[in-house]
Amino acid sequence: MHNISTIFRREFGSYFATPLALVFIVFFLVLAAAFAFQFGNFYDRGQSDLAPFFSYHPWLYLFLIPAISMRLWAEERKSGSIELLMTLPVTTWQAVIGKFLAAWAFAGVALALTFPMWITVNYLGDPDNGAIFAAYIGSLLMAGGFLAIGACLSAATRNQVIAFIFTIGICFAFLLSGFPVVLALFEGWAPQPVVDAIASLSFLTHFQSISKGVIDLRDLLYFATVIGVWLAANAIVLDMKKAD
Amino acid sequence: MIEIKNLSKRYGALTAVNDISFTVRPGEVLGFLGPNGAGKSTTMKMITGFLTPTSGSISVCGHDVENDPLAAKAVMGYLPEGAPSYGEMTVRGFLEFIANVRGLTGDRRRARLDDVVGRLQLGSVLEQMIETLSKGFKRRVGLAQSLLHDPQVLILDEPTDGLDPNQKHHVRTLINDMAKDKIIVISTHILEEVDAVCNRAIIIAGGRLLADATPKELAARAPSGRLDDVFREITTGQKNAA
Repeated sequence: MHNISTIFRREFGSYFATPLALVFIVFFLVLAAAFAFQFGNFYDRGQSDLAPFFSYHPWLYLFLIPAISMRLWAEERKSGSIELLMTLPVTTWQAVIGKFLAAWAFAGVALALTFPMWITVNYLGDPDNGAIFAAYIGSLLMAGGFLAIGACLSAATRNQVIAFIFTIGICFAFLLSGFPVVLALFEGWAPQPVVDAIASLSFLTHFQSISKGVIDLRDLLYFATVIGVWLAANAIVLDMKKAD
Repeated sequence: MIEIKNLSKRYGALTAVNDISFTVRPGEVLGFLGPNGAGKSTTMKMITGFLTPTSGSISVCGHDVENDPLAAKAVMGYLPEGAPSYGEMTVRGFLEFIANVRGLTGDRRRARLDDVVGRLQLGSVLEQMIETLSKGFKRRVGLAQSLLHDPQVLILDEPTDGLDPNQKHHVRTLINDMAKDKIIVISTHILEEVDAVCNRAIIIAGGRLLADATPKELAARAPSGRLDDVFREITTGQKNAA
């Protein structure tokens, strides 16, 4: 626990030691608001909720989360500091979890800074604040899923750009499998359980179900599993190819 | 004590380290000599638990590196090749991080931090970001990191690389001062360094251990009495034979 928190603090601090944190947060906030107001018709819908805001999160995360996760391990490889880290008395697991939690906390800070949206909708109307809270939780969990995928792929390469692009690719597949257009391709011929299975693999399906305001145990379990599996893969990849 | 038995590391068809065995006792400063690509760094990476050997065993102060890596890593200080660190951190932040990982607390922590900052003359750059430092300072930050927990065993991969002559002299004095009751292994391809700090030298080339003696004994093997000549003879002779 002590080692995880030491690594967490170093990693979290390093986001703010460079302009990366500022650039990321500003970009995220501007885009999140722009999508909600421009494409989500936040005002014109005449409903006091944050659905137009949250519905674009998966697409925002698709491009922004890989930008956080790409440096996690690729940078350590490139600079050689991975050799320092892995010869300190910490286990691979402690390093993997500490780094992941730092990235997740950073994404959480960016997400929390969207609070003016929440205030705005309360000022304009009388929204279901419980549902909004649930959607925030769902959004944070989804960010965790994206980050775990990104962390694993970042560990596989020393090139941050490659990590970035591959992460987008895999995250896109995880999103797409819940998209109506994709599901329609299967619906004609595949049995319903298969279609459901494909849909249930998707971040989109689980995020949408949470953002309706219902925190279902199955959705929590889904995100916990995704994060756990990808972090386990992250640790295995590290142990397999530490040196190159 | 470091005990290395039949250590080998293979990458596919390439054998980087080939069946090396040796023992290092407290008070010994062992110089690891060899041409570039000889397997020096690979051996050090295995001793410090970064790489897993293909075969053979390593024990450091009684802790098997493969089976009990944390205990082995806790008694070792390691300066990896190129002295990597976290460039975006300040020198102070970096050393505090290492102190945390090493579990240093209270008075001892303060004393150890003061000691390494003083020894390596880092006082003037404590608040500076590491990536803005000169090569010499970066190397000293790496050394400070390896010394912070006052380890029983020090593994230094080319500790004086990139230092100017004064700094080299300073680091050698530092190693001599610590040599008394520690185990120190340094790799280098600078032969004068072996003369200056080591009381034992191992020459490896092509992954094989070719010589193990005191620097004096080694030098005496050449008619000229110079370590350079012995080194060239041993390492290039090997190449011709292969």
